[in-house]
Amino acid sequence: MAYYEEDDLQRFPEIAKYRPDLFEKFMAWYQACQEDGALNRREKALIGLAVAHALQCPYCIDAFSQSCLEAGSNMEQMTEAIHMASAIRGGAALIHGLQSHNSVNKVSM
Amino acid sequence: MSTALPVIQTEFAAAFSVDFDEKLASCGIELRASRVDTLQVNVGKLCNQACKHCHVDAAPARTEIMTRETARQVIDAIRKFRIPTVDITGGAPELNPSFRYLVREARELGSRVIVRHNLTVMFETGQQHLPQFFREHEVEVVCSLPYFLEQQTDAQRGRGVFEKSIAALRRLNAVGYGIENTGLILNLVYNPVGAFLPPAQEGIEVDFKRELMNRFGISFNHLFTITNMPIKRFLDYLRRSGNEERYMQKLLAAFNPATIDGLMCRNLVSVDWTGRLYDCDFNQMLELGVAPELPQTIVNFDPETFTRRRIMTGSHCFGCTAGAGSSCGGAIS
Repeated sequence: MAYYEEDDLQRFPEIAKYRPDLFEKFMAWYQACQEDGALNRREKALIGLAVAHALQCPYCIDAFSQSCLEAGSNMEQMTEAIHMASAIRGGAALIHGLQSHNSVNKVSM
Repeated sequence: MSTALPVIQTEFAAAFSVDFDEKLASCGIELRASRVDTLQVNVGKLCNQACKHCHVDAAPARTEIMTRETARQVIDAIRKFRIPTVDITGGAPELNPSFRYLVREARELGSRVIVRHNLTVMFETGQQHLPQFFREHEVEVVCSLPYFLEQQTDAQRGRGVFEKSIAALRRLNAVGYGIENTGLILNLVYNPVGAFLPPAQEGIEVDFKRELMNRFGISFNHLFTITNMPIKRFLDYLRRSGNEERYMQKLLAAFNPATIDGLMCRNLVSVDWTGRLYDCDFNQMLELGVAPELPQTIVNFDPETFTRRRIMTGSHCFGCTAGAGSSCGGAIS
């Protein structure tokens, strides 16, 4: 059995089975977040795509790739968003190098 | 407005199992025409391009084109019934020897004339003066340009099409089309380059205007977003690429009853190259004629009989009702 099934994305509402009240609250929040506001739908879809990559969630990457296209984004814009996520992840790892340096410095002469 | 944007879809039945009329009935809707103010004339399948999404299956090798006799019958109907708008499409309609006849006659009769123009045909032999011809007859020009970048446009319409399209748009601008206060209307059409729905029309129009002006100095009036219909060449693409089921699910999930009032079949009659009548150009390509109780050809056409007619439908109709809706004039709601 594969751990990730493409069709599971469409089956997401099945999560509601045991606590429909919680899923309903989640969906209301999730959908409200994506409406036009101070940020438009396209900007929000690009944020979604970037976060999906940072989380490395295959469902979210699939979903938000489609959302970005349907919001009128092109591959250059989407790739820039992915680079943003990746660069911040890279930077987040790299800055922890100072933790390592601190740790080494503490025990070094 | 319901769109597929959040992507988490709460309705996930396969579209194939859902009948369009049943879907309408479940919403308490009966689809009937409201009036006939537009005659859409498809003069044939001949085209200088063979785009991957074409619902007509048009191509340079196609031979099905309207004869002068049928074109005369079309003009007779326009004259007799004073049809306000004539929308000429193909193929590349300009390649039909009767194209100029149709435009001239319809304009002389006082109809507003729209031509669905693919831009590149302007560079074919004998077509160089199209911008001047359009201007002379004050034709409204609706041009296909799926995106403001070369990669996407050429992927859908063929290699080199983007470069020619930009050159053609510059020629149209040069004679006044798409320029403020000239009254010469130049509208563009966006089609998704793949198995997804179009973005919100207003937003992508702003992008097209900014990018075409900044990159190429091109201006235009409006951008129409049109959904790709799951028929003919686009359906072949969906099947080949394994996207058919997902695309149909997407259309169904995005079904929006608010689009019904604005569907083009409610105020348009479509005529094919042989003179047969249809509720829209998509039905025409599926050979799904108007309801059998109605006159079937342009020679027997009568707008009064066609007003309030019942519309013939199929699963492809979900393409016009998805999200913000889709029509020859772009998004509906």
